[in-house]
Amino acid sequence: MYVAVKGGERAIDNAHAWLGETRRGDRQVPELSLAQIDGQLALAVDRVMTEGSVYDRELAALAIKQAQGDQVEAVFLLRAYRTTLPRFGYSLPIDTGAMRVRRRISSTFKDVPGGQILGPTYDYTHRLLDFSLAAEAPPVAAPMAEDPVDDTLPRVIDVLGREGLIESEAAGGDSPVGDLTREPMAFPAGRDLRLQSLARGDEGFLLAMAYSSQRGYGHTHPFAGEIRMGEVTVEFFAEELGFAVELGDIAVTESQMVNQFRGSAEQPPQFTRGYGLAFGRSERKAMAMALVDRAMRAGELGEEATAPAQDPEFVLGHCDNVEASGFTQHLKLPHYVDFQGELELIRRLRRKDGE
Amino acid sequence: MSVLAKAEASEIEDAWSRLRQVPAYIFLRRPETGLVMVRARAGGDGRPFNFGEMTVTRCSVRLDDGMIGHAYVAGRNARHAELAAALDALLQDDGRGRALRVEVIHPLAAAQERRRMTEGRKAAATKVDFFTVKRGEDQ
Repeated sequence: MYVAVKGGERAIDNAHAWLGETRRGDRQVPELSLAQIDGQLALAVDRVMTEGSVYDRELAALAIKQAQGDQVEAVFLLRAYRTTLPRFGYSLPIDTGAMRVRRRISSTFKDVPGGQILGPTYDYTHRLLDFSLAAEAPPVAAPMAEDPVDDTLPRVIDVLGREGLIESEAAGGDSPVGDLTREPMAFPAGRDLRLQSLARGDEGFLLAMAYSSQRGYGHTHPFAGEIRMGEVTVEFFAEELGFAVELGDIAVTESQMVNQFRGSAEQPPQFTRGYGLAFGRSERKAMAMALVDRAMRAGELGEEATAPAQDPEFVLGHCDNVEASGFTQHLKLPHYVDFQGELELIRRLRRKDGE
Repeated sequence: MSVLAKAEASEIEDAWSRLRQVPAYIFLRRPETGLVMVRARAGGDGRPFNFGEMTVTRCSVRLDDGMIGHAYVAGRNARHAELAAALDALLQDDGRGRALRVEVIHPLAAAQERRRMTEGRKAAATKVDFFTVKRGEDQ
């Protein structure tokens, strides 16, 4: 427990003024614009939008600038800002099958219909520092093929689906969709709430959870069935118009994991699925999310749940970095009275031991 | 509405400034920025879930002649939503609407198509054919 304290206003004001000065850095160096952050630190913007759970590139860029590049702080700023805005409603579900694909790969089928499309990827780079960037050399122009990629590419997962070798997702009809921004998480959590929570979850935490499941803490034997990145159109049913309007396009990354399943008394052996989705180009996040989504389905699939990644209460209770950061950092608040009590107790015990 | 929403704000401003006759209008709903919760589906085709929000600005206007226009535009640009609503109202009018389609909507749609084509062609240039190589232990 902490106690209220008074005073310190001047020190706080001065600290914040110094913070502002520190944020600006050397004034001889030109100041960063939001357009520069959006354009040149685009993946940082993608991550802050994903975990801040608001798609708005400019707001995310501002949050990154204000937080001096501290991503978790930027996520917090974006989450705080969103509470000042009214909610117009819910979009129609986006159709990732109709994505205008910029990247699309599968590690399960070499000859996937529509082809393997690398897109603007870090894969196959040598991870050697490129000093030409330090010298601000202009990039080589990206070559263009004669014809664009197909407008819509079939899902890789449907290839397995046609033979019934992989489970199909239940469409779920009209059952209400849970919303964490309206009601807090309750357990057992449905897949809708789990996916929403994972989509907002901290990339580092989910990456470690996913990694642990690969290393044997809850084996799921995953394959990257398909990873695709590109733009989808968001449609919104406007009550006053009586029809759905297109709001615009957003970039998303989708990851479909294909996992082993031995089958049960009711079901023949078939592949199962884990799903990941993130704003922008956030491939590591989408893959980690898909692995953890699948690991958490252990109970539903009758697998023995022994590992942390298979425990929804553990994963979902700790994956939000705004909550985690807040609770960890609240230890900085005055705990003077609490600590005085502990101090008194230790002294008393030592006195008793000495007697 | 879709073409107007997907256009760049600067393109809409340009189109508006090139109108021969700029109509007068009043706001039925001033530009208002809020959030739409974007839904997605588990596995891409399964049960819906709430994926994350996006900022949206909406606006409704009425022209002098009574035509009403609406806009719902991704982002927080009030001017974009306002002009999109005014253009939407003009498009409701049979007489002016046809000319406007040719002068404003078609060029905006063409610009969007060009951007899509460029991206699509760059993506196509990164299409690969992987060869599986015979592994050493099989020899």
